[in-house]
Amino acid sequence: MSTILLKGGHLIDPARAFDAPADLVLRDGHVLEIAAPGAAQTTADETLDVKGLVVAPGFIDIHVHLREPGQTHKETIATGTAAAAAGGFTSVCAMPNTRPINDSPALTRWMQDKERGAVVNVFPIAAATLGSQGEKLSNYRELKKAGAVALSDDGNAIMDDNVMREALAHAARIGLTLIQHAEDKNISGGNPINEGVMSFKLGLRGQPAASEWLVVERDIRLASQEGAHLHIAHVSTAKSLELVRLGRAKHVNVTTEVTPHHFLFTEESCSTYDTRYKMNPPLRSEADRKALVAALIDGTIDAIATDHAPHALFEKEVEFDKAAFGITGLEIAVAAAVTTLHHTGKVPLKRIVELFSTNPAKIVGLNGRGTLAEGSVADITIFDPKERWTYDVTKTRSRSRNCPYDGMQFFGKARATIVGGNIVFNEL
Amino acid sequence: MKAKPRSLLGIEPLDSQQILDILTLAKRMNPARPRVTLRGRRIALLFYENSTRTRTSFEIAAKSLGASTVVIHATTASIEKGESLKDTGRTLQSIVDAIVMRHPSSGAPVLLSRLIDIPIINAGDGMHAHPSQALLDAFTILDHKKSLKGLKIVTIGDIFHSRVARSDAHLFTKLGAQVVFCGPDVLLPDSALELAPGLEIVRDMEKAIRDADVVMMLRVQKERLSGMQINVEEYIRRYQLTTTRLKMAKKDAIVMHPGPMIRGMEMTDEVADCEQSVVLEQVLNGVKVRMAILETLLGAKR
Repeated sequence: MSTILLKGGHLIDPARAFDAPADLVLRDGHVLEIAAPGAAQTTADETLDVKGLVVAPGFIDIHVHLREPGQTHKETIATGTAAAAAGGFTSVCAMPNTRPINDSPALTRWMQDKERGAVVNVFPIAAATLGSQGEKLSNYRELKKAGAVALSDDGNAIMDDNVMREALAHAARIGLTLIQHAEDKNISGGNPINEGVMSFKLGLRGQPAASEWLVVERDIRLASQEGAHLHIAHVSTAKSLELVRLGRAKHVNVTTEVTPHHFLFTEESCSTYDTRYKMNPPLRSEADRKALVAALIDGTIDAIATDHAPHALFEKEVEFDKAAFGITGLEIAVAAAVTTLHHTGKVPLKRIVELFSTNPAKIVGLNGRGTLAEGSVADITIFDPKERWTYDVTKTRSRSRNCPYDGMQFFGKARATIVGGNIVFNEL
Repeated sequence: MKAKPRSLLGIEPLDSQQILDILTLAKRMNPARPRVTLRGRRIALLFYENSTRTRTSFEIAAKSLGASTVVIHATTASIEKGESLKDTGRTLQSIVDAIVMRHPSSGAPVLLSRLIDIPIINAGDGMHAHPSQALLDAFTILDHKKSLKGLKIVTIGDIFHSRVARSDAHLFTKLGAQVVFCGPDVLLPDSALELAPGLEIVRDMEKAIRDADVVMMLRVQKERLSGMQINVEEYIRRYQLTTTRLKMAKKDAIVMHPGPMIRGMEMTDEVADCEQSVVLEQVLNGVKVRMAILETLLGAKR
């Protein structure tokens, strides 16, 4: 393997409280040396000029749907990870709601096989219950051995109190994080939009905020009792955030993620029945959106994750109540965060790196990642926080185009993505 | 003045002048005196939901203008086989000049209008909008009142499930009326207040109806309740329009109902048949107003 010198960049590694100009040397897939600008001791085979750019530990998206196996008309592991690389992600965690559901060690291994053609690291999240039916636990020990980094029945919350209690207890014993998609479908009705002013106006049945926070409340109590690590996927309501704060005050090990769309958009965006704004959880009120932004800043939210959910046009270009939930987001998440939080909100870039790399690595336990410490894996994200650009979904690397960010202007763009010392995306 | 609307998807996009233009044109319409303004035009009546009143009304209106019509039901072979709305619409577009559409999904006509290029007339979509009904309701009120400006119009009953209530509220407020919604929490969420400017919610029917010029009664849409709990006896006790309650409105108040009306539920027999009831006028006016809608959207430029 070759030696790469990243020269003239601004290094940000929140794990070691590093935030300064520095050169970085990568060798044999690992970080070899961090040096003051121009002072690197190692001779490199390849030098990349990254002047004016941020060099960060590789970004990790802990919530994506790669659709393979089973729904390759929407996405494949190859196309999804190509989109990830272009968006600045060096790792993605693949949710188990494939066809069949990934609840087995065999499938977990299959997803990581070289044959799939992944461009970035794929870390499977395995189903917490068999078939994500919420009844019988899957084999956590074997799934972990096969490479699963967390457990989740994403799309279906584990509703049965006792199954959830056992899942948390077992996950804690094995040392895996349990990720909950918090939605009580008895309350949400699977409805296509947030319950509120917009749902009434449009004549659509809504999902009350309570369908999320009631599950969050129960799960925090159970996680507390079982001493487990509970991670709440795509948190969307102010009330859920309050419950997380209360839980943390009692030292419960609960972490949270938010999607870019939940802190960029509100239910207002649904006003023309544009199904690109239909996702689950639904876009909420402006008060909720503001609470999410505040929580990103104060630390109640630990990570930004895309919930990248590709769908074919024929699954989206239908009546609003019949359209599939979800949007693609891998290529735009960094830009959305830099624009909203840094450019508009004046949040330091260090916090953004924490949200995309440092914390996600901790949440799913990726040792040697999420930091630029010498010896760590050479997964590097290089981005320009100032570049102004317009997203054009017709140029997407994803197989799907269900993306409301099309045509939107952003500040901040991934310029190069290095995975294990290999440059997999390069716009330098 | 804005250009003529190409489609009629709802009341919200219209301004008051466009509304008044349609109502003025409707005065000149009479199904007993057919016109030929739409001769040679083909109109598809695409009905994904059963409807007698609205479908018949549009069909007579179209024919009274000389247009030819074809009725397509959801049970039609291709739709039953799973054809998408997009493909059904595109197929129809190549053989007709306009689509009058009824659909159980809110927003379905908005979607179709984005996908095809011929005018679409929304004949009711889910719980969202029923613009032709709102126009005929306004027309009926104007038969009895000089103008909508300053009128107190109270809508009582199952507002949550009612596309008529939503479209009426948009239209009446655009023409300067004061609209009051009245109903139980479960059928009238507080979020309804933001629907149109100046709306009011009054939960107590006797307060709501006081000094009203127009009383619009709505049916409880049992088929749409989907798990909501309604105690029928309590509903009748609190929200049924009785002769006593009607007396609290203005002396010359009119009673309206978009139909179908359930006697003994939202109103008593006596009220349904009283002199103040204009329910049957609404039906006749429906044809006139729909003639005006079709001529406005499809007729030669005047």
